[in-house]
Amino acid sequence: MAMKELDNIHQMKQVLEAALLTAGQPLSLDDLLKLFAGKMERTTLRMLLDELKQDWTEKTLDLVQVASGYRFQAKVEYSEFITRLNPDRQQKYSRAVMETLAIIAYKQPVTRGDIEQIRGVAVNPNVIRQLQEREWIDVVGHREVPGRPSLYATTRYFLDDLNLRSLAELPPFEDFAQTEIALSN
Amino acid sequence: MLLNTHDIKINGETLNALPQDLYIPPDALEVYLDTFEGPLDLLLYLIRKHNLDILDIPMAQLTVQYMGYVEKMKVIKLELAADYLLMSAMLIEIKSRMLLPKPTEVAEEDDPRAELVRRLMEYEAIKLAAQRLDAMPVVGAELQVAAAYYQHISQIKPPEVSLDDLLEAWKNVLKRAKLNQHHKLGRAELSVREHMSLILRRLQTETLVEFSALFDMVEEGVPKLVVNFLAILELAKEGLIRITQQSAFTPIYVQAVSAE
Repeated sequence: MAMKELDNIHQMKQVLEAALLTAGQPLSLDDLLKLFAGKMERTTLRMLLDELKQDWTEKTLDLVQVASGYRFQAKVEYSEFITRLNPDRQQKYSRAVMETLAIIAYKQPVTRGDIEQIRGVAVNPNVIRQLQEREWIDVVGHREVPGRPSLYATTRYFLDDLNLRSLAELPPFEDFAQTEIALSN
Repeated sequence: MLLNTHDIKINGETLNALPQDLYIPPDALEVYLDTFEGPLDLLLYLIRKHNLDILDIPMAQLTVQYMGYVEKMKVIKLELAADYLLMSAMLIEIKSRMLLPKPTEVAEEDDPRAELVRRLMEYEAIKLAAQRLDAMPVVGAELQVAAAYYQHISQIKPPEVSLDDLLEAWKNVLKRAKLNQHHKLGRAELSVREHMSLILRRLQTETLVEFSALFDMVEEGVPKLVVNFLAILELAKEGLIRITQQSAFTPIYVQAVSAE
């Protein structure tokens, strides 16, 4: 296809659309700039993406921005139907896994010891492994104390998978605080 | 302490006996360990659902019971039981400190329960945060990312060798041959086909041979080198060998096509 000069906004949006629809994963602004071989300004790109998002409002997909970039995904109203295609893929994590994930997400970077302190039970290595295999957490350093324990943090994939741009989009931790436990005398 | 037995269900069955405190009957140990995520979780349950006062826990009784069934626990999830024991020890410490008469001079001593309450409340918040995270739509389950099919042309092609590259390599061969030139008289019967076979045979044993290694600059005269070069070109033309080069100016390699 001979598209020598993409000076036409409509054409540029079509290129973006085709790339995003076939990517299967989020594309960053830098990725998207490559499509235009250096002939695109960042601000223009952002504007085009906004327009593209508008163009799709009445259709079946949403153009969303997550931590790693932009992606098209099915609108929520279709999700119930689409999941019927693969009913077995619904992987549910145990409470131990989810609580560990919540601690890492809200208190990061944390060591195993920190997690044990908060949960009041020993951390099963399997729990950490499951989260690492999912690429939701990784080791970002070591605490300089005896044993140099690993410091865990959540990854960009965690944010991508939960449809978030940053950790700041998680509900604030204070929201989960319950009424004070009364101390009688 | 009045406990309501209707709102706790284990494996779908309503529990007849509720945990009265941190003491767990040995025969129900596994069920409790599966139901509660640890002593904090159990304690939180008792406080929130049944208004248990931390100080109401009968400590002496609890200790005796705990020590009694530690023996029985040795077969099952000992590490988890240890967490419960640790919590009982902490509660006993708190209670004993509360029972001590407060020295009047020390004005404001921290309530020994404060730290436990802080931990309980932090755990409670994490527990709720975990439930919230669990309820969020996740890619691969509730979120479907568009991935329209696109034929990626990503086959790794062997680098192409241009005629110029080959000529350049050939000139180098000649140049080096000149340095080692011997004048030989007489006529040698040189067959391109024979050299083709020789090269192919060599490529059966050495799968990848550098282009220049196919030429014996010391022993062979120019005519033989020429024939050898022609043989290589012929083999390439007949598709019997493959000539590759990683990038410009790097060594050129020759390999038999069948050797793959």
